[in-house]
Formats: sequence, structure tokens, C-alpha cells
Amino acid sequence: MIAQFFQTVDLGIKSLLVQKMRAGLAALGIFIGTSTVIWLVAMGEGVSYRAQQQILELGAKNVIVRTKQPNEGSEEDASSRVKTYGLLRADYRRIVENIPNIRRAIPMRELKFELRLDDRTADTKLVGCTEEYLELNRLEIARGRWLANRDRGEKVIVLAAETARRLFPYENPIGRAIWVGSEFYTVIGQTKDRTASAAIGGSLDSRDYNLDAYIPIKTLRQRVGDLVMKRVGGGRGFNFVGEDVELSQITVEVNRIEEVDETAQIIETLLKKFHEEEDYAVVVPRELLRQAERTRTMFNVLLVVIAGISLLVGGIGIMNIMLATVTERTREIGVRRALGAARSDIIGQFLTETVVLTASGGLAGVLFGLSVGPIFRFIKQAVTAISPDALPPIVHQLEPRIALWSVLLSLGISLGVGVLFGVYPARKAAYLDPIEALRHE
Amino acid sequence: MDQYAFRVENLHRTYYMKGETVHALRGVSFDVRNGEYIAIMGPSGSGKSTLLNVLGCLDRPTQGKYLLAGQDVAQINDYQLSRIRGQRIGFVFQSYNLLQQLNVVENIKVPLQYQGLIGRDANAKCRELAELVGLGSRLYHRPTELSGGQQQRVAIARSLVNDPYFVLADEATGNLDSKTTEEVLDLFESLNQNGKTIVMITHEDEVAERAKRVIRLRDGMIESDELNR
Ligand SMILES: Nc1ncnc2c1ncn2[C@@H]1O[C@H](COP(=O)(O)OP(=O)(O)OP(=O)(O)O)[C@@H](O)[C@H]1O
Ligand SMILES: [Mg+2]
Repeated sequence: MIAQFFQTVDLGIKSLLVQKMRAGLAALGIFIGTSTVIWLVAMGEGVSYRAQQQILELGAKNVIVRTKQPNEGSEEDASSRVKTYGLLRADYRRIVENIPNIRRAIPMRELKFELRLDDRTADTKLVGCTEEYLELNRLEIARGRWLANRDRGEKVIVLAAETARRLFPYENPIGRAIWVGSEFYTVIGQTKDRTASAAIGGSLDSRDYNLDAYIPIKTLRQRVGDLVMKRVGGGRGFNFVGEDVELSQITVEVNRIEEVDETAQIIETLLKKFHEEEDYAVVVPRELLRQAERTRTMFNVLLVVIAGISLLVGGIGIMNIMLATVTERTREIGVRRALGAARSDIIGQFLTETVVLTASGGLAGVLFGLSVGPIFRFIKQAVTAISPDALPPIVHQLEPRIALWSVLLSLGISLGVGVLFGVYPARKAAYLDPIEALRHE
Repeated sequence: MDQYAFRVENLHRTYYMKGETVHALRGVSFDVRNGEYIAIMGPSGSGKSTLLNVLGCLDRPTQGKYLLAGQDVAQINDYQLSRIRGQRIGFVFQSYNLLQQLNVVENIKVPLQYQGLIGRDANAKCRELAELVGLGSRLYHRPTELSGGQQQRVAIARSLVNDPYFVLADEATGNLDSKTTEEVLDLFESLNQNGKTIVMITHEDEVAERAKRVIRLRDGMIESDELNR
């Protein structure tokens, strides 16, 4: 049985090799189909994997409440230069006091701020935060130490990597003093480089941690205050606008992951009572994850449909070739029938030939598809070498991830296409009249 | 064992096409004993090929009996006909009909494959037969690399590989020049001397002369059936 099978496959290969060019072109369709599926799925998986990682960094057990600028409302007084909006410290207290099942709530205020030291400046994001902020955002200390309990209200500051480089290009910043506004702060630590997290579904802004500076939130409130003025445009007169915001974000962590959705709803209801405008947003990373999952599934379904179509086209090409082959080899079919081949033998022969054709196309496609990682990296490098800014950052960050299911599926489909589109030509061959076939020229 | 390679009784083969009926065979009967060497002759359209198709189990007679080793195979189904062709009949065609993608040994082996006989024994047998027909030095050549006479020798080796009850040759020398015709006929003769039953269709008297018995057809009937010399 097995020997017979190999014999048939061997014959199929030999017959295909008689018309190498033709067989190659026919298999090319399947090759392109299968490798495209694997490539596209790998790209899609890469994108969604990154998105998932980022969402997971936000914490699956977290509910994130963020301040957002209210929409330019009609009642907005155009003449008022200072806008007051956003989360309040009272909101924080209400959340902590009224919601029973939260593990902790972490307030945070961030604002654009210029730090100075002698003639060097750094446009940083000044973050007023608590001790938990380090762990919450997966930051790591490179030198010195992080903010501690005893620092509350003190004039101490932790610099992010890039901030430290700008202010202290040559020296160790630890223990040095820098200007924050009109006051000196002592640098107590520096964090490691951390890659930016991209924006996720437009719900959270992308965040670059490398130009941060961290001070205790109490210090920020007491010494910097809630009001920040910014110069706008040029021209004459008083060209400043101000924002008066108490808290930028409250991260609420619940005890169990199932409680996330309900907690988010409670927070929403709670905040609605005290905010006339929608000047905050409640983001549930878990919900984002589910959205990302849905997007991914849809994307994959789409891919499979496209792949199905391309393999269908490839299959029709294969059938076409096989019909031509059968006509061309009518005489051979007659001879084989005379030498004892039953109809089933002829069907087996041509079906095997078709499947060998599609399977080799499919196998080559799979191999090419599996090399997506190295090839993609090579293309990225080559393009970057030629013109460094040609590729958007998302492409740089993208690492294709091969999905096993896509490999199995495309291989399965290419075999299936072979059987499906091989049956008709094979039956046509088998039902030729042997006498007619022998007479065929 | 039956002393007959095969017997036919009152064979009829009628073609029906577009309301027209053609009686290609109308009552052909004869017996062939094991070890006979028969030439079937007749003018064009007399029914030689039709008879050969029936004898070769490629076609079924409209009426009549065809006894192969005592079994009537006149009205069996396509699958059984295929099996009988593969196991009991050897074919030699006018235009050799070797398979282009296979070499000499592989071509000889084809009938065995359809009986599931593959492996070392089969290969050895095919090489032996290739040597028997004088192609021991061309075992792995493709048909395109052989002369017409050599190709026909391969075809003869192929017709013998399944140890058939008889070899059916249809104008087997029709495409060959007189010298190679002689060589091929010598080969048939030596096969016959070793006991092979041979049925050969031919136009040429020189070819028919080499056979032991000649059957002449005319209008689908046997005109004469006599032993040579
Ligand atoms: N498939 C067919 N359909 C209809 N008529 C046929 C068919 N095959 C053969 N015939 C007819 O049967 C008769 C016998 O034909 P056959 O081919 O057996 O002759 P033949 O003796 O082999 O002739 P030749 O020497 O020319 O090959 C002819 O009249 C032919 O037209
Ligand atoms: Mg004829």
C-alpha cells in the first residue's frame, strides 16, 4: 500500500517534470495564495500582539479615569482665558470613600513644564505622583532612588532618562539641584529608558516616558499649583491662556478582574453627578482588549476570505492545466487502460498529480511564509538604510508573528484545492473510452 | 490447465451511430490453443481492429461468447475487464506506445504496478525481460533516446511482463523498416518457440508468412483459417 502510494507520487512528479514551466506557473498561484495568507496573518498578529501588550501594561484589573478637555461648548465664554475642567481631588476622595471593592486608587497630575539648570533647559512633562506610580507604569530606576513616603511635600525630583541627558549631559544628576519654576529641587533619582507606548484605539494618548520628571503630587499641588499658563501665538497684548486642572488621571485598581466593568460603571455614575460637562473619560483596558480581540478576529476572517478567493483562482488555474494535460495525454491514458489500469487507477494518478502540484506550491508557499520574520526585518533594514524616514514608526515596531493556524489552514486549503479541482479532470480522464484514447493522436 | 488460450464463438459487434448500423463483426468463431502463433489478415474495414479490441478486452461484443481460460468474459464490467487486461493479455501496438516520462525498466513495469506487484522482484523481472529483448545496455534510457526497433522491443518486453495467456500485436511491424521488421519477427518467433501464444494483426504477407496459422477476415466474417505451409 505505502510502496504503491510512493510509486504514484513518484509518477506524478515525473509527469509534472515533463512540463516544468507549465507546472511551475500553475503551482505559482497556490504558492502566492499560501504565502500571502501566512504573511498577512503574521503581520496582523504582530500588530494585535503589540496592541494587547500595551493594553495589558495598562492593567487588566484597572479602570483608568482621565481628564479630558471638554468639547468647545456653546456656553464656553470666549473671553475667559482660563479654563477650569477635569477631575477634582474631591472626585478622588469620593471614589476612594464610596466604592467598596477597590484595592487602591492612584491620583496623578501631569503638565508641560520647563526645567532649567544654568543655561540648559528641558521641556518636560512634570508628573506629580505617588510612590505607586513607578510600579504602575513599569518604570525602573537607573540611578538613585524613587519617590518615597517621606518625600511628600518635599522639593525632590526624579528625572527620566532623556530629561537627565538634556540637563546633565556629562555629570551624574543625583544630589544636584535644578530649577523647577522659581524654586530649587534636589534630584534624587533617574529612571531607565522606556519605549513609548503607542496610542490605543484613540482612547488613550500615546505616552513617551523619556521626557518626564516626577515629583510628589503633594509638592506639585502646594508649590506649582493647579493653574498653568501658556503663551499662545505672537502679536500684541496679553497672549496667555490658562488651564486649571486638579488631577490628570486616577488609576483605580480592583481586587478581581470580573469587577472591572461594574466598577467602571459605578465610577461613571458617581462622576456624572458632579460634572456638568464631559471633562473626563473612563477607560477600561479590559474593554480595549476585547475590542482589539474583535478587530483581530474580523481582520483574520477578512484575510481568510481573501486567501480563499486567491486560492480559488489558483485552483481554477490548476484545473485548467490539468484539463489540458488530460487532453494532451489521452494516448497515455489509453495505453495505461490497455495495460490493466482500472478507472480508479487513472483517477488516482491524475488526482495525485494535481495534489502533488498544489501541495508543492503550498509547501513552498508555507516555507516562504515562515521566513516572514527575517525577510521583513531585512526589508525594513534595507529601506531604512536607503532613506531613514521612509517608514512610519509603527512599521519599525512591528514584529510579524506567525500563527500556527494560518500555516495549517493554508496547507490544508492548498491540498483541498488540489483534490477539489483535480477530481473533474481526473474523472474526465478515467471515463475516456480506452479504444478512442488509444487511437488519439 | 485449459489447452486453449482462448475461444470465441459467434462473435458479433454492431456499431449504432445516428440511425445507421454497421456490422463490424458478424459471427466470428475460432479457437486458439496454447503455444499457437496466429496472423489475422484482411482488407481494410474487414473488422480486424474490432476483433482485436474484443480479444484484448477493450471492447465487449454485441453478441457471442469469449472464453478466456474457460471463463466467459463477454459481458463483464469495466473493472473486471481492466483486471483481465492487466493479468492475462499482453499488448503490442503499431506505434509502440511507450510512456515518454519513464525509462525502459519503468515502462516494462507499468502492467505490474496495476496489479500491485512492485518491489525488488518486479524490478529484477523487468531487467531480465529488457535483456531478453536485447536492451540490457539501455535499461535507463527514455523512449526518445531509442530507435523505433528498440522501442518496439521494449513494448514486447512490456507485453510479457505479466505472463499473459497470449500476446496481441496490432500491426506491430507497421512502423518499422524491413530490417528491423525481420529482427522483431525473429523475436516473436523465439518467444513462440518458448511457448508464448501470439495473435498478430497484419496487412503484410511477409509478416503473416512467419506465423503458423493465418485467419483471413472479410466483411466481419472469417473467410479462411488455415495453417501455413
Ligand atoms: N467506433 C466505431 N463506430 C462506428 N463504426 C466503426 C467504429 N469502429 C469501426 N467501425 C466500422 O467497423 C468496420 C470495421 O472496422 P475495423 O476498424 O475493425 O477495420 P480494420 O479491419 O481494422 O480496417 P483497417 O485495416 O483499415 O484498420 C468498418 O466499417 C468501420 O467503419
Ligand atoms: Mg484497423
